[in-house]
Amino acid sequence: MARFVMEFERPLVELEDKLDELKALDVASLPELAAEIEDLEREVERLRETLYAALSPWERVQVSRHPARPKTDDYVAELFTDVVELRGDRAYGDDEAVFTALATLGARRVVVIGHRKGRTTKENVRRNFGSPHPEGFRKARRAMRLAEKFSLPVVTFLDTAGAYPGLEDEERGQAWAIAECLATLSDLPVPVVVVGIGEGGSGGALAIGFGDRLIMLENAYYSVISPEMCAMILYKDTARAAESASALALTADDLMRLGIADEVVPEPLGGAHRDPAPVIVAVGERITSALEALSAEDTGALLENRYGRLRAIGVFAEGDG
Amino acid sequence: MPINDWFKQRESRRYTVTSGSGADLPDGVWRTCPECRKTLYQGDVARSLSVCPHCAHHFELIAADRIEALVDPGSFEETNASVGSVDPLRFSAVKPYTESLAAARESCGLAEAAITGRARIGDRAVAIGALDFRFVGASMGSAVGEKVTRLFELAIAERRAVVLVVASGGARMQEGMLSLMQMAKTAAAAERLARAGLPYVSVLVNPTYGGVTASFAVLADMIFAEPGALVGFAGPRLVEQTIRRSLPKGFQSAESLVDHGMIDGVVPRAEMRGRVAAVLGYLVPGGDV
Repeated sequence: MARFVMEFERPLVELEDKLDELKALDVASLPELAAEIEDLEREVERLRETLYAALSPWERVQVSRHPARPKTDDYVAELFTDVVELRGDRAYGDDEAVFTALATLGARRVVVIGHRKGRTTKENVRRNFGSPHPEGFRKARRAMRLAEKFSLPVVTFLDTAGAYPGLEDEERGQAWAIAECLATLSDLPVPVVVVGIGEGGSGGALAIGFGDRLIMLENAYYSVISPEMCAMILYKDTARAAESASALALTADDLMRLGIADEVVPEPLGGAHRDPAPVIVAVGERITSALEALSAEDTGALLENRYGRLRAIGVFAEGDG
Repeated sequence: MPINDWFKQRESRRYTVTSGSGADLPDGVWRTCPECRKTLYQGDVARSLSVCPHCAHHFELIAADRIEALVDPGSFEETNASVGSVDPLRFSAVKPYTESLAAARESCGLAEAAITGRARIGDRAVAIGALDFRFVGASMGSAVGEKVTRLFELAIAERRAVVLVVASGGARMQEGMLSLMQMAKTAAAAERLARAGLPYVSVLVNPTYGGVTASFAVLADMIFAEPGALVGFAGPRLVEQTIRRSLPKGFQSAESLVDHGMIDGVVPRAEMRGRVAAVLGYLVPGGDV
C-alpha cells in the first residue's frame, strides 16, 4: 500500500523525506553532511512533537480514519483466542461491515461485536467500508440475544463512518434496525463494554455504542454527525469540516468532559498506526479490568446502573411549574 | 416611478408574506394547496383538521393541535412544560444556537419542540406527546430527549399507555453527542415501558428522519403514519447523492413504508383518533369485561 499522508502532517513528511535522502548519500565521503543530518534530525523531532502534541479535533478525525490504523480485525486477532464467527441476520443476508463472534479474552468467554473496515480495497468493497446495512445491525442484535441467552459479556468495537444511506437500506428499515439494537442493548442482562477505536459515526456507531463502560482511544471520535455533513448543512461547504469538528465536541476528551466516556487510552505520538502493538495491549487490559469489575455486580444493579448512566446524559433548563 | 416598480409596490401591499410552514396561520388568510394548487380559505382548512378539502393533502399541524386532534376533548394536562434546551457546547455556526432557540421560542410560544402530558383517549388514560416541527425542525436535543423519557417513565409509574405524534429532522446537531445519546436514553425508556407490559402507539407525520426515527419513534407496538408523510433514516438528498441515480416515486412515503412492512398503516388524520383508540382497546391491560 502506498504511504498515506494526512494533510496536516505534510510539512513533517516532506522534511522526513529530505532527511532520508541525505542519509542515503555517502556520509563518509562528505563529512560536512553529518552535521547537517544531525540538525535536520533535531528539526524533524521538534516538528513531530509540536505537530502531534496538540492535535485539533479535525486532525484527530483524520487520524481516526488513517488506513493503517488498527481495526477491529487487529484487536480480535491480537487479544482474543478461539474465535468462532457468527454470520448472517437469519432474515436477509450477512453484512460483512459488522463482525460478530464468540471469543475468549484471557480466561473469559465473551461475545464480540464490531464495525469492520477492511485493510485492502477488495476487503473494503466487501465490507462496504465499514458502513453497515440493516442486516449488519440485525446480526449484531442476534449476537446480543445470544450473549443474553448464555450469559456471556459483550465487548464492542466502534469504527464506522455511519450506517449506510442507500436506497435499499432505507427500504429494509435502517432506522428500525438501529432502534431495535438500542432497545436491546439498553437492558441486555450481561456486562457491555464498548471501545471506540476509530470512527464513531452517529446512529450507526450508537447501535453497538453504549453500555456499562465506554473506553475511547485518544484519537477516536464519536459524533452525532460527520464534520463534513455538519459543514454541508451549516455552511453549504464541506471544506469547513475543521470548524464543524471543533463545534461538535467529538473527541475522546470532549466525551470525558460531557460524562459520556469513562476512560481514554493514550496513543503514541502521531496516532495508533505508528505503533499499534502497545495500544492493542492497553485496550485488552482496559477491557479485562472493566469486565472484572462489572462481573462482580448482580444483574439488577448492572441494568439499573446502565439506565442511570443514560438517564444522566443531557443538559437542559427547567423553570418553575 | 417606472411601471415595474409600481407593480412591485402594489404586490407588496396586496400580500401578507408569512414565513415557515403555514402551520400557525390565522383564519382570515387564503393559501394554496401545494398538492392540487387550489386556493383555500384558511378558516375552511382549519375546520377540516388542516386537510385540503379538494385533494386530502395533510398540512402541517402545530404540536398542540396534534394532541387536541387525538385526545378526548379537554382531557389534556401538560407536564414538564418548562423543560427547555440550553447551549451546553456553546455552539455557534452561521448563527449561534442560543439565537435559534430564542427565535423558536418567540415564534412558537413553546419552551421546546416536544409537548407532553396526561390525557384520555376513548376514556383510557394515556401519556401523550407531540413534536412541533416549527421548533428547530423538531430535532431531538437534551430537552426533547428528557421530555420523551419522562413521558415513558410517567406512563410506567401511572400504568398508562403511551401515544406519541412524531415529526423530526433527527438528532439536534447543535448539542453534539448529548443529542446522539438521547437516542439511547429514549430507546431505553421505551424498552422499560415494553417490559412493564404497557402499550405504545406512535403516529409518524411529515417529516420524520434521522436519530428520532432510529430510536423511540419506531419502537412502538403499532406504528401509523399520515398520508404522504415522509419517514426515513437518511434524507432523500443524501440517499440520492449516495446511489447517484434518481429516487423512485414515493420513496420513503408512508404508503411505501406499508409496502415494505415497516408500519401498520396509513391513516387519514380524521380517522387517527379512532384507530389509536381501537388499538388501546386491545392492548391496555385489563381490557376484557
